[in-house]
Amino acid sequence: MLKFSGAITVLTTFGIIWVLFSESFSFFKEVSIVEFLTDNQWTPLFANKRFGIMPLISGTLLTTAIALSVALPLGLSIAIYLSEYAPKRLRLIVKPLLEMLASIPTVVYGFFALMIVTPFLKTILPNISGFNALSAGIVMGIMIIPFISSMSEDALRSVPKSIREASYGIGATRLQTAFRVMVPAASSGIIVSVILAFSRAIGETMIVAIAAGQQPRLTLNPLVPIETITAYIVQVSLGDVPHGSLEYKTIFAAGMTLFVFTFILNNIAFWVRKKFREEYE
Amino acid sequence: MNRRYINRIKDKAFGFVGLIATLFGLLILTFLIGQVFYEGFHRIDLDFLKSLPSRKPEKAGIYTALAGTVWILFLTTIFSLPLGISTGIYLEEYTKKNRLTDLLEINVSNLAGVPSIIYGLLGLEVFGRMLNLGNSLLAGALTLSLLVLPIIIVTTREAIRAVPNSLRMASYGLGASKWQTIWEQILPASMGGILTGVILAISRAVGETAPLLVVGALAYVPFAPSSPLDEFTVLPIQIFNWISRPQHGFSVNAAAAILLLLTITFIMNGVAVYLRNRWQKKHNW
Repeated sequence: MLKFSGAITVLTTFGIIWVLFSESFSFFKEVSIVEFLTDNQWTPLFANKRFGIMPLISGTLLTTAIALSVALPLGLSIAIYLSEYAPKRLRLIVKPLLEMLASIPTVVYGFFALMIVTPFLKTILPNISGFNALSAGIVMGIMIIPFISSMSEDALRSVPKSIREASYGIGATRLQTAFRVMVPAASSGIIVSVILAFSRAIGETMIVAIAAGQQPRLTLNPLVPIETITAYIVQVSLGDVPHGSLEYKTIFAAGMTLFVFTFILNNIAFWVRKKFREEYE
Repeated sequence: MNRRYINRIKDKAFGFVGLIATLFGLLILTFLIGQVFYEGFHRIDLDFLKSLPSRKPEKAGIYTALAGTVWILFLTTIFSLPLGISTGIYLEEYTKKNRLTDLLEINVSNLAGVPSIIYGLLGLEVFGRMLNLGNSLLAGALTLSLLVLPIIIVTTREAIRAVPNSLRMASYGLGASKWQTIWEQILPASMGGILTGVILAISRAVGETAPLLVVGALAYVPFAPSSPLDEFTVLPIQIFNWISRPQHGFSVNAAAAILLLLTITFIMNGVAVYLRNRWQKKHNW
């Protein structure tokens, strides 16, 4: 029984890989992999079908980049503040509250992006579209703040106290200690937190499906509707696409692309953690 | 002298920046929830809870979605709890450290990082089509179980690892078998931590939308499901559906449903945090 349950996790991985590969394989029998990777249009649901994944990837990376540029400075400042500056009582109250941000269902964040953030952005940038990458990206950034702040703070706090005190001892301020001693010492943990947040943002679905639009286009303009890989899968799932059709297979090819991205990122994170762990035993 | 002064100002300045950043996160949280409250609270009444979905926003209710969420909660717990805990026990107590367990460990941590929508594709193909469960509750719950399994496994292992070895040795010393030791000593001692993980995992399942959309949960289900093989909808999908409609009445409904969903997730998370704290206090090894 116990062995069987251990096997389930392995089976799940094989299941995922097998499902993605087999459906993608039959997709690539009909569409050349060169077209998939190089064409700059993605229109499988139109009469004139084009199968270039680039617009979906660019949409995904655009929202992710916006999210990280919100979450990185905020998350890291919070982590450093909580571990180096804040009194213990404050930290004990604030940390669980911030983690609440991560427990909010993503569909709720989608509501925030579409109903609250986009109308607000419209007052500053009047020509922004009702669906856009900017608002979805910002809200996604808020969502991943606790990933970065919590894990980075743990990394900072696992650096032995003696190192911090040695730095104080030679007259460094808290700021100097934080940036020249603690952050370098905890860098592997901080890097892991950033990579995992990156991977999380790439795979995030509901926020972008609700607020970023459904128009795949190859652009860096954050004010117009775009479409991410995940949002495309949702779009097809909502429609009535018959099994076995080429449209049905596109979601597996798209899912495979997404899986490859997150798989690489997660393994880099795992490798960094393994390689640089136990530096201070 | 001068430089020391500047350094001290910089130090203070960053303290201020950090405080602002921290408060900013919390303020946004309060502001967003406040907005939803303002928009949706007046819509919540008994009729809203008891009504079936409708094309008219003021008549629509969340009865079917709420029923679906309760079903999903129940079924996902049944599937994932025994599997997750026994995998955790197996990995922590029965395996020696070797390449195989290393691989298992990498595998679990990789699974935890797979985007939830990919689990949806897995569920669609394996449970929906191969096992012929279609877009039933069962297909949805099985998919979500696989999704939350890594969370339960990881927290179970951590909780078991926190049990001191002396307890284990004492139990063996008294002549207990391995299984008796696990069942009578280690599991009770780590129950707090395990339960925390289970609750967090289930609360994650309740809030998931994307994998269920892919498996084929419907936005419009006229009746509450009465068996695990019925089609279903859940709160997050109902919210998604209401958000994507243009009429204002539906976004009010969405806000009201969000309040209910947030209440459920916050209560579950609160219970989990409470359990973790109490357990940590009680067992200060």
